[in-house]
Amino acid sequence: MSQTTQAQQSPATVDGYNYAYLDEQTKRMIRRATLKAVAIPGYQVPFGSREMPVPYGWGTGGIQLTASLVGPDDVFKCIDQGADDTTNAVSIRSFFAKVADVETTEATGDATIIQTRHRIPEEPLKDNQIMVYQVPQPEPLRGLEPRETETRAMHAYEEYGLQYVRLYESVARYGEVSSGAGYPVMIDERYIMSPSPIPKFDNPKMHMSEALHLFGAGREKRIYAVPPFTTVRSLAFDDYPFTVQSWDETCGLCGATDSYMDEVVLNDKNERMFVCSDSHYCAQRRAAGLFGPMAGHALAKEEGETEQ
Amino acid sequence: MSATAIAEAPAGPLLSARGVSKNYGHVVGCRNVDFELYPGEVLGIVGESGSGKTTLLKCLSGRLRPDEGSIQFALDGGEPQDIYELSEPDRRRLQREAWGFVHQNARDGLRMRVSAGANVAEPLMNLGNRHFGNMREQTIDWLQRVELDINRIDDNPKTFSGGMQQRIQIARNLVHGPSLVFMDEPTGGLDVSVQARLLDLIRNLVRRLNMAAVIVTHDLAVARLLADRLMVMQAGDVVETGLTDQVLDDPQHPYSQLLVSAVLQI
Repeated sequence: MSQTTQAQQSPATVDGYNYAYLDEQTKRMIRRATLKAVAIPGYQVPFGSREMPVPYGWGTGGIQLTASLVGPDDVFKCIDQGADDTTNAVSIRSFFAKVADVETTEATGDATIIQTRHRIPEEPLKDNQIMVYQVPQPEPLRGLEPRETETRAMHAYEEYGLQYVRLYESVARYGEVSSGAGYPVMIDERYIMSPSPIPKFDNPKMHMSEALHLFGAGREKRIYAVPPFTTVRSLAFDDYPFTVQSWDETCGLCGATDSYMDEVVLNDKNERMFVCSDSHYCAQRRAAGLFGPMAGHALAKEEGETEQ
Repeated sequence: MSATAIAEAPAGPLLSARGVSKNYGHVVGCRNVDFELYPGEVLGIVGESGSGKTTLLKCLSGRLRPDEGSIQFALDGGEPQDIYELSEPDRRRLQREAWGFVHQNARDGLRMRVSAGANVAEPLMNLGNRHFGNMREQTIDWLQRVELDINRIDDNPKTFSGGMQQRIQIARNLVHGPSLVFMDEPTGGLDVSVQARLLDLIRNLVRRLNMAAVIVTHDLAVARLLADRLMVMQAGDVVETGLTDQVLDDPQHPYSQLLVSAVLQI
């Protein structure tokens, strides 16, 4: 967790920029919004989102949250689709290493701030960790009710029947609640919240989590939060209970059966493999001597086995 | 909601309006309207366009606060309450749970992005139903009652014709068993044969469910078929009230006489 006094006193790490890129007043404003969000779990707090040096959709909300929280004693991890080594994750990580002089890591357990778009790491989170989510669309009712005035009234008065229309549509069409990501959740039995584009596989990880979860939507100018030890219930019908995705395949590299899998097409001969989406989790398992059916595969050798 | 519950209820009015007026700046919407509506009764509001029918309906249904006057509603035979003195969440709950509102244009009353079935099931979900199979059954039942092909339950409303959309809207507004339904020109813009079937349908449903209804229309034939009582409006004023047959067969006010004589005879 950041220590603001220390952050304010530390010299700017890049000439001409304040520590952690944003000016101190902006960071205060974001912290105030964050405190309010923590005080009212699941409630979307408006904030004065700033222009960031990346386009909307690349994580401006998450970057602003991280910038307002980060201090020199933090350890920062950034993942995109669960992986530490994708372009967006590498860029944001190096951005904060540069402007905030912060230590970065790929190890989930070592990080104090984890910025993410699509996943919650497989390794259980601890009470000294903050998850920062980059949210494209914070309003779970938006697809059904386009008026912001109306959706706000619905949240205020707990009129949540409409949210079930989306589930109804899905069950009627596919025989199950099919939405795989952004699956609506009830926070502390009061506010319905969109958990951003994380797969529903990760929804149960938020329930009574030890860590603080913060959600930032830059374009939509909203911050919301799931504080530690808060109930998070995924919505469902009585006769169609909530289920998460499961795979018959095991991870090709580490042999994991219980993690969230990405399907990778290998060639045009219909060969494919499944691999853990959480790259650190997979690497850790391989380092511990576990291996999957495709470890040491010819393809991997050609391309040079993924370095870890 | 059952017919017996209504029969046992004290014979007080379900909805009563006292001195309801609404102006739009200098333009008069409606002026000093008084009436009472009893459970199971159908009230028709007729008049030419611009006479204040829709303004009055909006005031009655809690969508537009009148400048003067009060509107009281007795929920389940209880004490009448001024709907504009209720808190906003309570008024919204009343609108959602005890009332229905059928718009002239089905597109205003339906969610065009979700299927016909979900449109009909939404009021049930608003009432707290969380059992899919149960809601599905009721939805199918209602689509049958409004004579729609149940194989099309999961089709989007925009793939239905105007008359079918209107029937989906009617099902959506009756499925949760409201005690009062507001209808704004429910058959406007539909061709005559569809109109006739729709009117027949509404009449049967309203009678069978013993619902009260306020129906705004400029079509006297619709009023004749559906309404027990009529209110004739002109330039914001109610100029004549009475039993439907009485008003249409023996109009007293010059404007009512004009309105009745203007109906085309074939």
